[in-house]
Amino acid sequence: MSCTSKSPWILHYDASSCNGCDIEVLACLTPIYDAERFGVINTGDPKQADIFLITGAVNDQNKEVVRQLYDQMPEPKVVVAVGICACSGGIFRDCYNILGGADKVIPVDVYVPGCAARPESIIDGIVKGVAVLEEKRAKMEGEKRCSRSRGSRS
Amino acid sequence: MGKRTIVPFGPQHPALPEPVHLDLELDGETVVRAVPSIGYVHRGLEKLVETRDYQQMTYIMERVCGICSMGHGYGYVNAVEGLMGVEVPDRAKVLRVVFHELSRVHSHLLWLGLLADGMGFDSLFMQCWRIREKVLDVFETVTGGRVIVSYCRIGGVACDLTPEHISMILKVCDEVEKEMDWVRRVFFLDSSVRNRLIGVGQISKDEMVELCGVGPTARGSGVDNDARSADEAYQALGFEPILYDEGDCYARCKVRVDEVSQSIELIRKALGDLPEGEWRVPVKGNPPAGQFAFRVEQPRGEAYYYVKGNGTKFLDRARVRTPTNINIPTMTRMLQGCGMQDVSMIIITIDPCISCTER
Ligand code: SF4
Repeated sequence: MSCTSKSPWILHYDASSCNGCDIEVLACLTPIYDAERFGVINTGDPKQADIFLITGAVNDQNKEVVRQLYDQMPEPKVVVAVGICACSGGIFRDCYNILGGADKVIPVDVYVPGCAARPESIIDGIVKGVAVLEEKRAKMEGEKRCSRSRGSRS
Repeated sequence: MGKRTIVPFGPQHPALPEPVHLDLELDGETVVRAVPSIGYVHRGLEKLVETRDYQQMTYIMERVCGICSMGHGYGYVNAVEGLMGVEVPDRAKVLRVVFHELSRVHSHLLWLGLLADGMGFDSLFMQCWRIREKVLDVFETVTGGRVIVSYCRIGGVACDLTPEHISMILKVCDEVEKEMDWVRRVFFLDSSVRNRLIGVGQISKDEMVELCGVGPTARGSGVDNDARSADEAYQALGFEPILYDEGDCYARCKVRVDEVSQSIELIRKALGDLPEGEWRVPVKGNPPAGQFAFRVEQPRGEAYYYVKGNGTKFLDRARVRTPTNINIPTMTRMLQGCGMQDVSMIIITIDPCISCTER
């Protein structure tokens, strides 16, 4: 296990959620659920984040913001969609301004359903996200090693 | 005059709880003008009224905002009941008040936590949220949901309170009240809180009236506009609004701290003489042609619900006017002349709920 997966840093963005899932994400970090015991730290800075928690569906105005935040995060990165809104659009699916779930704009690795998603399931989503993060990291390192050995041969 | 700089602020910013964007025009360190732009959370859910019938709309309305979800349900069902002429049983009316006040306790504690977080007082943030979980436990036990409670139904409430529920609520009230004692001491007396809040973001009573501010934001400037004073269910409980005159961030904070204790008192009184009998009446038929409006005092201020029926099961219009929407002009006024370091504090003290604002 690398240091990253022992202490994943989280970036949270509220796309167009109703705040229900939003406050549950924060509740995860507070004493009762205490996600910090897994080393999870909430950061406001995409450049330091490993896991992107997105709540709410995307719309025309915020899709650029979501994309930019995703692009600013360093590799390897994992996206966790929290709440049924972020998974598929949920109850707002038919609204004229909603494009759909977060996966319409960025690749999503873990889906956490629920309206509102419970803190237990959000933490479970983060833990699953850490496993994906670890996988991605191992793959990246493997690729790096390959290219290095190719480089030395030529 | 020095050169002016424009600093974009948001929609994603470490100090911001909500996605709102501001263009701050700075002269040195001082904000000269703040231009807000919104639309990042707009969903357009009022239009769903065309494809969802009036019963289903209750659930949509509850998701205008997850924090004051209970209040949105309360406003919408009251408006529809008024339109249809439904006589709601007394017990249901009181139960709604109990839950509405519980949700105010949870919302204000959440806000106090965010305020503490905004000034970097992390342990206080954690403590406020810990206390708040007790209220969420009540919601979960009675309704099954933690934040979206879906307690109000057209014609009454979703379920009755059993004696065990009532004793649980009273116990939670006692516990929260005890904890509020020291929370109040910290917010009122701690020097780091006072230094951060006193005299920041001042706005006078006249300006507040002119800009039509609502809720605790307005009550912090001494404007008495609590919609609960006009609600019969609250009049029966002897409701008195809480007012402070200073008009700065500190006053707005004090209003909310006091309102938590006040809500607890109201819950105790309401449960003390809870009327016996029915808690839900069946509602049949469609809303008639006509219109009805209803005002609710949400944790963030006055919200206004308007429904227009046309005789079918689909309403013509269901409109919400939410408190943050009204408070954004007051916020931009407060920001004029403040230092760059106070911007996030001022934004937090109007308790912005952008998801309400944009719907
Ligand atoms: S999933 Fe439900 S609670 Fe969560 S943001 Fe969407 S509507 Fe709100």
